Amino acid sequence: MERVAIIGASMTQFGHREGEWITDLLAAAGSDCLEDAGVDASDVEHLYVSNMTSGEFEGQTGVMNALVHDIGAIPAYTQRVDQTSASGGAGIYAAWQSIESGASDMTLLVGGEKMTHRSTAETTDIIASVTHPVEYNAGVTLPSFAGLTARHYLERFDAPRESLGKVAVKNHKNGVDNPHAQFRKEVDLETVLESPIVADPLRLYDFCPITDGSAALLFCPESVAREYTDDYAVVTGVDGATDTQVVHERADPTVMDGVVESGNGAYEMSGLAPADIDVAELHDMFTILEFLQMEGLGFAEQGEAWKRVEDGDTERDTGELPTNTSGGLKSKGHPLGASGVAQGVEIYEQLVGEAGPRQVDADAGLCCNVGGFGNCVITTIMEAAR
Amino acid sequence: MTMEATRYDDGSITYPGHPRGPGGSEPVETIDLSEYTAEIVTWTTSTATPPGVREPNHLAIVEFDVEGESVRAIGQLTTGDVETGDEVRPVYVDELRDPGAGIREPESQAWDGYRFEPV
Repeated sequence: MERVAIIGASMTQFGHREGEWITDLLAAAGSDCLEDAGVDASDVEHLYVSNMTSGEFEGQTGVMNALVHDIGAIPAYTQRVDQTSASGGAGIYAAWQSIESGASDMTLLVGGEKMTHRSTAETTDIIASVTHPVEYNAGVTLPSFAGLTARHYLERFDAPRESLGKVAVKNHKNGVDNPHAQFRKEVDLETVLESPIVADPLRLYDFCPITDGSAALLFCPESVAREYTDDYAVVTGVDGATDTQVVHERADPTVMDGVVESGNGAYEMSGLAPADIDVAELHDMFTILEFLQMEGLGFAEQGEAWKRVEDGDTERDTGELPTNTSGGLKSKGHPLGASGVAQGVEIYEQLVGEAGPRQVDADAGLCCNVGGFGNCVITTIMEAAR
Repeated sequence: MTMEATRYDDGSITYPGHPRGPGGSEPVETIDLSEYTAEIVTWTTSTATPPGVREPNHLAIVEFDVEGESVRAIGQLTTGDVETGDEVRPVYVDELRDPGAGIREPESQAWDGYRFEPV
């Protein structure tokens, strides 16, 4: 069986995109990705759009149909992929399946979301609509899940509050070198720890921002990839898994089984182990999530991820496992459906040597995209073709 | 009004109940958790609340012991002056958030429920 290659990547500027709407953002990233790979729109056979809430945010549905039309890819088969915040990762899985199955020889994946025209309260409510009625009725939000989990983690594992703050400091520092990041500004630990409380014990700088943006990847069989380039990445492992919708029903509040299961599946498919991963993009919608994913993916024992962060192991230029070299969702921004695709863009760029000042020495990279509060998770492992 | 949990034929109990339990087990009875006290597993005070939700919103995950079976629930607290491990009891509230203010269809779910009050 042929391996599935990625031969092109793109992302728009993430942030507040005044006057640009979901179809504009998707078309920009989609066209840029085809141009990056040197592939004509007419050669696209499948086109997947990762998007969570274009209907709720903008009243625009059918965005996958609009995109095929807007970039001149008719009559490519198209489908919108919604898996809440994991829509991007689910799109990677769908695109991989389309190539692996032989159904398509050229698949474009575009993820995107337009959010910033709504107030923070409205946006919080739209995102919280993933919750079960007993959670929604209590006014539970995704940030409040993070506060509940962070308190439990810090108390149970005797971890210092500062360790969470250091995740934010690191990811902001990495974001400075990402020209597409929403925030290209370093923050110090004191600023993080003194920022306004959002969900006690977590504060403003423990949370990602609200973001407009789009990102894209282009998939094909490895034999087709070689017709276009020598520098490509290969998806060698990908898997998805689902956990409870009701978050408090999980056996252990600090274990995201979807991360564990999807990670195990991706490792098994690739034949790699956690120690083989050179660079990782983790879904740091909240700082505590970086700890939970490090532990769920085998980068640290349960309750000990904070020690690796304290030891500097996840630092970009000096650590054993550079984590969120893109700046992560924390600094780069989190346009829901785009985020998992943008994680893939960063790993692709690291593997083909196009990450510029963010470049690390990497042959294998991993991205973990989390929907809800660990409700749906996709883990993808890519390797450099060289 | 009851705070209704469901017991399944494998002995497990969940709040809320589901059409099937863990591993597809069949529901066999309901249990009113409002007759029990619980222990706070973790808590938070949310200051960035959605439309129709009180601000600040004190929330907790609590754990009931129902005849030796652990059952967790999430809900609002009556106060933010709590600690992990505190004992709480459910107290009825006829409206936990404004049904018309948020994105969810008001007719699609109940809006009354229980807050947890320190014992």
